[in-house]
Amino acid sequence: MIENLLINNEEAVAIILFGIGFTMLLFQRNLIKKLIGMNIMDSGVFLFLASMGYIGGRKAPIITDGVTSRTAYINPVPAGLVLTGIVVSVSVTAIMLSLTIRLYKRYHTLDLDRIYVLSKHQTEDR
Amino acid sequence: MDFITNFPLFTIMLSLFSGVLCYMLKGKAARRYTIFYELLLIVLVSCVLVYTLRTGEAFTYVMGEFPAPWGNEIRAGVLEALLALAFLVIMLCAVFAGYRFVDTDLDESKVNLYYSLLNLMTAALMALVWTNDLFTGYVFLEILTLTSCGILIVREIGRTTLAAVRYMILNLLGSGLFLLGVVLLYDLTGHLLMVPMHEAVAELAADPAVMPVLTMAVGILTIGLAIKSGLFPFHYWMPDTYGWATPSSAAILSSLVSKAYIFLLFKTYARAIGFSVIGKMPIRNILLVLGIGGMVVGSMQAIRANNINRMVALSSAAQIGYIYMGIGLGGTSGYTAAIFHILAHALTKSLLFLTTPRLAEVSGDDLSFKALQGSGIRNRDAGVFFTIGALSMIGIPIFAGFASKLQFGLAAVESRSSLKLILVMLALAVSSMLNAIYFIRTIIRIYARDGRDMQRAHHRAGYNIPMLVLVGANVFLGLFSWVIIDLIHKGLNMFAA
Repeated sequence: MIENLLINNEEAVAIILFGIGFTMLLFQRNLIKKLIGMNIMDSGVFLFLASMGYIGGRKAPIITDGVTSRTAYINPVPAGLVLTGIVVSVSVTAIMLSLTIRLYKRYHTLDLDRIYVLSKHQTEDR
Repeated sequence: MDFITNFPLFTIMLSLFSGVLCYMLKGKAARRYTIFYELLLIVLVSCVLVYTLRTGEAFTYVMGEFPAPWGNEIRAGVLEALLALAFLVIMLCAVFAGYRFVDTDLDESKVNLYYSLLNLMTAALMALVWTNDLFTGYVFLEILTLTSCGILIVREIGRTTLAAVRYMILNLLGSGLFLLGVVLLYDLTGHLLMVPMHEAVAELAADPAVMPVLTMAVGILTIGLAIKSGLFPFHYWMPDTYGWATPSSAAILSSLVSKAYIFLLFKTYARAIGFSVIGKMPIRNILLVLGIGGMVVGSMQAIRANNINRMVALSSAAQIGYIYMGIGLGGTSGYTAAIFHILAHALTKSLLFLTTPRLAEVSGDDLSFKALQGSGIRNRDAGVFFTIGALSMIGIPIFAGFASKLQFGLAAVESRSSLKLILVMLALAVSSMLNAIYFIRTIIRIYARDGRDMQRAHHRAGYNIPMLVLVGANVFLGLFSWVIIDLIHKGLNMFAA
């Protein structure tokens, strides 16, 4: 069990990071900490993908010195997926930050539970 | 290759362009353009439906001519075309029936942004329906999440922002899990396209040592999509989200967005994993139990709800439970029932969400049951439409709700397991009774005279056209359910091919 984890240390770390991020996003009451959790969670997945895509001893898939054998290069697809994932993650973070700013301007706190209580007492929104 | 095989891609690309175009137009022009454009899409998708029916087989559109294990693909069969068509018709009806509220709820300078978001959302919906690649599914899933958050917060009151934040947090958890599931599957199989992945999974599933890992990957993916579509116990965001959004958004969010996630899950099961492999995993039983839990708990909460929108929203939680119950039952009849209920619920729920604001409007903009007393008399059309929607929800014959409940019953009988049969029949009976309690109570309420002066609402006939379309489709599904079921069977057969 432990040996397997040591051999696959990158994947193990990636899953632990995912777990940390997931629980932060779920249980933190502070909105900014939730967002940090979300980014940690996504980074975990990206680390997992990147480490899966890399094969020790091989090179980046750009043909050099006329070597065209596919055993010389790594698979470029996981790197492409990570890139796409990062773009998605950045845009989601941007939207969430803007929502956070809007909530903070209105309720002057970042604590989600507190905002919920405040919104219940609000009467101006019909 | 016929020219028609390009149409699925057109629906996605044109929607993306339209999103940009609406951003540049003024509010009113953007609305007109969107309505015209949705009509065009309906024509395109109808062509695809007829084409696939005529050729009798699904077609795959290869992007950029990179063949199977490398490129990206779009696949169109009868099932995809049918769902895309239903989604577009409901979207058009929601835009048409709700634009007056969009104009009053939104700041004038932001109306065009609303339609811009709707077009981007159409692109995401279409892509989720057509896609044959799991990672494309993930990307458009995120686009769908972002745009649905967008159409929620355009109505700038504190409640919608809070609802959007809660909605987004749950959705982000779901997306994260879905992405992890996809990555794990990619890691195991080496493919992202559904067809090669299916072959690899079939090989892997023969090895008992790999099965737990495979189950975990599929399980993570399933939990992700279940969270996003609001399966019990992840449904608590529904009342706030649907209750405070502008009516068009509530209709679209409840009847299209959550269904698109479910269809993606269904397609992943059918195309990427294979139903025979899914059958060996305990996942379907869990979905069955959670689905039944949702049917009962959602309805109980709906009975306790204090305003009509919250009640209708919580009844969505129960209806999502029905769909998952169908997937959980499995077998052709179970899947048919699930898909049929996706259509039936989408039509009925959009009808209800587009009617409740009209009832509230003649009751001093108040959604509480007390204020709504007599609103069905003050606004006759809305009262009638609400009653039809409510009767369909309860499962009265001639409406779609009855036909889908019948399908679920048949699927339970065909599951050949007495435990499942008893569970499902009991759940159907209890849930129908609970539905009847809160919907009939509401119908009586809106038709009870309250002595207030009977100022009738006068509105333009334009509002009734989309509602009549929805009612017509609802009755069609109820009376001629065999037509749709036949189509679904054809689609499912194409999935297997």
